[in-house]
Amino acid sequence: MPIRINNPGLLTTVQDAGRHGFSHLGISSCGAADAIAFRIANLLLGNSENAAALEMTLLGATLEFEEAASIALTGADCDCRLNGEAAPMWQAIQVAPGGVLACAGMKTGARAYLAVEAGFDVASVMGSASTDLAGRFGGYDGRKLVKGDMLPVRKKPASPIQESAQKSARNARRLPTGALETLYPSSSIRVTKGAQQEWFGGEAFEKLFSRSYEVSDDSDRSGLRLKGESIRPRDAKQLLTDGIPLGAIQVPQNGQPIILFVDQHTTGGYPKIANVIAADMHRIGQLRPHEQVRFAEVTIAEAIESVHEQEKWLKRIFVS
Amino acid sequence: MAHAAWCILRNARLRETNRRFRTLKIVEASDSSLLVVLGDAISEELQERVISLFHALARLRDPRIRNLHPAYASLLIDFDPRESSHNELAKLAEKFARQRRPKQERKPKIVEIPVCYDATFAPDLLDIAKRTKKSPEEVIALHSSATYHVCFLGFSPGFAYLSGLPEALQVPRLDTPRKSVKAGTVAIAGSQAAVYPVDSPGGWRSIGRTPVQMFNPAAIPPSRLTPGDVVKFAPIDRGQFDTMSGTISETMSNKTSGAMSPR
Repeated sequence: MPIRINNPGLLTTVQDAGRHGFSHLGISSCGAADAIAFRIANLLLGNSENAAALEMTLLGATLEFEEAASIALTGADCDCRLNGEAAPMWQAIQVAPGGVLACAGMKTGARAYLAVEAGFDVASVMGSASTDLAGRFGGYDGRKLVKGDMLPVRKKPASPIQESAQKSARNARRLPTGALETLYPSSSIRVTKGAQQEWFGGEAFEKLFSRSYEVSDDSDRSGLRLKGESIRPRDAKQLLTDGIPLGAIQVPQNGQPIILFVDQHTTGGYPKIANVIAADMHRIGQLRPHEQVRFAEVTIAEAIESVHEQEKWLKRIFVS
Repeated sequence: MAHAAWCILRNARLRETNRRFRTLKIVEASDSSLLVVLGDAISEELQERVISLFHALARLRDPRIRNLHPAYASLLIDFDPRESSHNELAKLAEKFARQRRPKQERKPKIVEIPVCYDATFAPDLLDIAKRTKKSPEEVIALHSSATYHVCFLGFSPGFAYLSGLPEALQVPRLDTPRKSVKAGTVAIAGSQAAVYPVDSPGGWRSIGRTPVQMFNPAAIPPSRLTPGDVVKFAPIDRGQFDTMSGTISETMSNKTSGAMSPR
């Protein structure tokens, strides 16, 4: 019972929580750019948290369902219509056989997720369903979706009585009021000082933490190029290439910072002034071209506390 | 016979490297990673220590470690901050980093890569010959007689940075990178050599092509080369290239998993 792609949108790929354990072979983690919206989409359906879902970018896809399905849309505020009627986001919705879901432009945020009950059925490559666009593997044929693609859906376990009970529990499942404001605050993106922090003086940090930077058009899943006040290291020495953590903010010679993201090259040779904290990483996935972004410094201890808090918050909502 | 470039570097930097040899710096690179810095030079000693540390940690298959990324003089340890902590992993890294392991303990894998230096595959061969004041045959002989080491992988899946290019062959990168370089292209730039594992843009100078598949996501491990491997290039002619191109699909072994911590 595959789902047909009638219009792929701008960039729609199959993603999960990412491919780990292979960065020593030059393979980046990939995975959902907004890992939390992705996870919530699955949680709303009672799926495994890591079930493969679709990530749509800026302009959503139009899909046709041959059979009935339960789906959930999360992430960027997207104008989605099911058979012409507005389809709510952040909750499970039922699609009747022959249903057409049309996701148009995203008003705020950059990426929306579409999960389907039991998950999309794509092969696991190196332990993950995520599409690696540079390596052309994983996901659906190692590429972004195109018109006419038929996406298979996993079979759900057959247990009708239990299932209907689960279904009604699920349908009642909503995000509490204010949850989206908690997940996507308008505050600065929190960062810790980076691996080469001693390469930069007070002036560089002052700029990074007080000015706003614009996300350039030339940004994608591998990195967000920022435009703004130039940041310079203390002196022009060359960094020996080293491994790059997710969310590292590196400063190339032109002084315009780049946030390295899920599809990043695994090594690089520019000094890293700061690093986005794990609890805010999903917000990077929602930054749109031309959006202004500000950074605020937190300590490593504060960053770790935030990620634990975030996890507790998610568990409170979804484990009842 | 070996790593000419390294020997030069080593001699020039020996004093500095020795001074740093015992240094070990562990940096909290992010809330989810540690950067273990063993030095700040490109040298055989540092490389060997990084590779030893990488293999020692990889062998543990510790579920707390999400990714390990070795580079010239550092190793990045990536973890899930919900499952582990900097302190735990720093202790682990320090224990292994301070161990002086005899070199014999880890036998490097030796990988021979057949290369066809035919003009159709080597758009930059004549230019390299001109720049280095050698005949194309001499360039090929030098390139294929050296012994290379895999420093680390990066840039694209399966792209291995090889040290050991003879100094006489060192030429700068292309001024304008090519938009597309074919998978299997053997190239050089500066003191380094590489084989492009997948079609990608590239700014290195192309000197030949291998019919061997360097990266296959369906194979275990997916990459033919892994950090610490020793590489030799073996010249083949166009006929051998064509024959091998037809029969390469079974070339990747199935013995060990390439994953650090499969999940």
